[in-house]
Amino acid sequence: MASKLQTPLTVAAYKSDVHNDWCPGCGDFGILQAVQQSFAELGLPPWESMVFAGIGCSGKVFNYMATHGVHTLHGRVLPFAVGAKLANPNLEIVAVGGDGDGYGIGAGHFVHAGRRNVDMAYIVMTNEVYGLTKGQASPTLGRGQQTKSLPLPNTNDAIQPLALALSSGYTWIGRSYAFDGKHLKEMIKKAMQHKGMALLDVLQPCPTFNDLHTTEWFNKKVKGAGENEMVPRVFNINEQGYNGSVQDPTNLDEVNTKRTKAFEMANFRGERIPVGVFYEIKLPTYDERMQAQVPMLKQYAPATMPYQDASHLPTTDLSKVYEEYMF
Amino acid sequence: MANEIIVGIGGAAGDGGASTGDNLAQTSARQGLHVYVYTSYQSLIRGGHSWIRLRISDTKVTNIGDQVSAMIALNQDSMDRHLQEMKAGAICIYNGDKVKPGKAPEGVQLCPLPVFELAGKDALPIMQNTVALGALVGLLGYDFQALSSVFEHTFKKKPQVVEANVTAAKAGFDFAVKTYKKHGTVLKKTDAKLAMVHGNNILAMGAANAGCKVYCAYPMSPATGILHWMASHGKDLGICVRQVEDEIGVANMAIGAGQMGVRSMCATSGGGFALMTEAIGMAGIMETPVVMINVMRGGPSTGLPTKQEQGDLNQAIGASQGDFPRIIIAPTSIADCYTVMEESFNLAEKYQCPVLVLSDLLMSEGHCTLEASFLDREFKIDRGELILEDDGDKNYYRYKDTPSGISPRVIPGVPNHLYVSATDEHDEDGVTISDVYTDPITRKKMVDKRARKMEGVVKDYTPLKLEGDASSNTVVVTYGSTWGAASEAVERLNKEGVKVAHLSFKYLVPFQEKEAIALLKGKKVIVVEMNKAGQFARHLRAEAGITADANVRKYDGEPFEPKHIVEGIKEVLKGKNLVEVQSLEPGWRTPHPPGPGVLSTGSTH
Ligand SMILES: Cc1ncc(C[n+]2csc(CCOP(=O)(O)OP(=O)(O)O)c2C)c(N)n1
Ligand code: SF4
Ligand SMILES: [Mg+2]
Repeated sequence: MASKLQTPLTVAAYKSDVHNDWCPGCGDFGILQAVQQSFAELGLPPWESMVFAGIGCSGKVFNYMATHGVHTLHGRVLPFAVGAKLANPNLEIVAVGGDGDGYGIGAGHFVHAGRRNVDMAYIVMTNEVYGLTKGQASPTLGRGQQTKSLPLPNTNDAIQPLALALSSGYTWIGRSYAFDGKHLKEMIKKAMQHKGMALLDVLQPCPTFNDLHTTEWFNKKVKGAGENEMVPRVFNINEQGYNGSVQDPTNLDEVNTKRTKAFEMANFRGERIPVGVFYEIKLPTYDERMQAQVPMLKQYAPATMPYQDASHLPTTDLSKVYEEYMF
Repeated sequence: MANEIIVGIGGAAGDGGASTGDNLAQTSARQGLHVYVYTSYQSLIRGGHSWIRLRISDTKVTNIGDQVSAMIALNQDSMDRHLQEMKAGAICIYNGDKVKPGKAPEGVQLCPLPVFELAGKDALPIMQNTVALGALVGLLGYDFQALSSVFEHTFKKKPQVVEANVTAAKAGFDFAVKTYKKHGTVLKKTDAKLAMVHGNNILAMGAANAGCKVYCAYPMSPATGILHWMASHGKDLGICVRQVEDEIGVANMAIGAGQMGVRSMCATSGGGFALMTEAIGMAGIMETPVVMINVMRGGPSTGLPTKQEQGDLNQAIGASQGDFPRIIIAPTSIADCYTVMEESFNLAEKYQCPVLVLSDLLMSEGHCTLEASFLDREFKIDRGELILEDDGDKNYYRYKDTPSGISPRVIPGVPNHLYVSATDEHDEDGVTISDVYTDPITRKKMVDKRARKMEGVVKDYTPLKLEGDASSNTVVVTYGSTWGAASEAVERLNKEGVKVAHLSFKYLVPFQEKEAIALLKGKKVIVVEMNKAGQFARHLRAEAGITADANVRKYDGEPFEPKHIVEGIKEVLKGKNLVEVQSLEPGWRTPHPPGPGVLSTGSTH
């Protein structure tokens, strides 16, 4: 596909002309639009940007983006994207996928991606169901809950992705809502600009299978603290004085306090749903850790590291290595 | 005439048998003697039994050989297991203060060493190994200097350790030479400059030479040596080495890196390979180059982690769902591991597909001497059709339908050449067709395009060649590492006047069908392989329509020795069409059977 290079880069430059087949009213539309806007506002050349997607309704995002894209396997978007970023750290990489993809079948990779602190944003579209396979319970659906797609209520407890991310070492953790375009876009930009592994969990209505947590439900006001006080269900914690950003990563007291607060916030359950930046810390990224171990990586990305001369003869010098085996 | 001695060193894990073996191997290599080492061990860190076999010869050796004629028993158990395997002329060295031999077979020289007296009462227990090694080196007729220089090399930075070892070894050496008869076989020193390498080292070195820059793995015997090599050499060679959470992650990460234009690789054994299989199909449909090594061990399931088998051919052929092009190569020797890596990376990029390499425990954990000259090979890196810069093409299609089926590949980052790659079926532009109502035209076109790529591959292979008595009407057919023992077996049979040729396959998929037919049609074909079901025999039938007239198989965990194949073929020539051979030496078995056993349960089907 030829790129639709335009200067300045507008949202249109990131829209592919592939036919979109999400259901009307699907939260994924909101997420796609916010991703496209974020790329445009960050001014990222489409050929230096890559969107990696898992499998699910959510995974179709890559098709609708006019950047490089890869539709990986179900649950494997993270290791694939990590491999790609490892190979070429100069590319801007965003991974996207569903809650089943990331927190279910891909849960092992989810945990270990956090430990590596790869510089990428991972956006998970949390709709509490396996949308593409027609509405089975995903790992974020609570126990006892029964969507219209389920013959019986769910028997498992829901995982708390943000708490799991915190335990796993993600260095930026946030939540947003698919139909709060403004907040979502800002959060995507923050996640992308964060140097390290960012998890952005996005609450995503699935009107087709999830009749419990619909757009109306998210938009509904609920009882507040005061008598007769009604407040929005989805509320921005950062606007209410919560600050989860660690200022000094070497200050253990600060780190411990912020992590504890973030853990409490990540596990919060109630009528109201907190969104915003839960935790943020600056730690060496995967590239930096690799460069510290393999000095040649400071000069070259693995994808550009030379290993042949002009006549295609190998240039990797193994003679010293071979001597280790000579006696 | 080649002169050779096979030495067995038996002990418990943690007894230091491995370093005794290494020191002997190095001492031999320093004298220009060729060595092939294979260790039978248990999957544990301490205790148990391990049996290191070193075949030492003044000419090149291709396999572990058969009859041990000198042994060091580091403990009573090793003595009990292996003494009865010895034949007349053999020598048996042991700590006379601790180990009781029992009755030795006729003509076997027992050489007890008074270790306390020789090493001194305060010596560390490990010094018994050094005393024994000194004694063995003396009885093999080596110069003592060859051994002491190995200690100097190994413990360069610790002069006291060198001194302690040299003193203990010299005591053993002098005592043995004074007290016992030398081994009857005399090995002639040569000028060859030799190195000692594991197959896993060579696979890793071959990959590094071919330009591998990302290596991902999860530890699994017997592939772990590749990870260890990469981890300790990646720093200097600029290779990104990653230990990933599981083999699913490993495969996906390696392919992710491959997608970005890196020559990337991963390695595992059968169980890990099973976890990688979904990703192999992904590399197939996305046309992403990647090299994946399966170092086979005894299966199925956890199977035999430390034992040899060639039982994963079916798994490699069938790995992942659907039809897609893949290349499968099985190196035939430790040296060939190097060549196969060069070929694999070139083929993966040229044909934009996964290349699966089937090594096995025998090669990967076995080690042998190689002449440094084997590194000086003619090898050119071929990255296939790549677009690295903006060529002005405004209509780039990543999966363009071309006559060869190969679509020029852009590494992401080139302006104006955007594309998407999908695990779903897609059109020439990479856009998925999986969710359209139906698109039989595109589907067929894309399947055909990918399949067409394989038509070129066979031309890039080294042609097949008959070895042994090529004029013979009987052909022994092997694949992969069985080449070593089989080529020697065929040589021995030829010497005995039995006319038989040998055809060894290393390229398994796509198959050299036409050549195989030309060389085998109308001949008596005997397939020799290390698995129960005859996986290669079936492959030969499927690919070339050639049904083996007879099969010689082994699947007891221990590798083929030439004698097994010699005997097996003789049984076949007497009329059997299936011979399942087995290692029956007492040392291989628990509990020990009475008396010596050698080989061969022949059966007919
Ligand atoms: C290995 C494997 N198992 C199962 C599937 C079938 N499958 C496709 S998408 C999906 C679930 C998607 O759910 P989620 O990740 O939450 O994405 P959503 O559709 O809700 O956006 C499943 C089970 C598959 N493609 N691959
Ligand atoms: S099934 Fe649900 S998640 Fe999938 S497209 Fe429809 S509304 Fe969206
Ligand atoms: Mg979902």
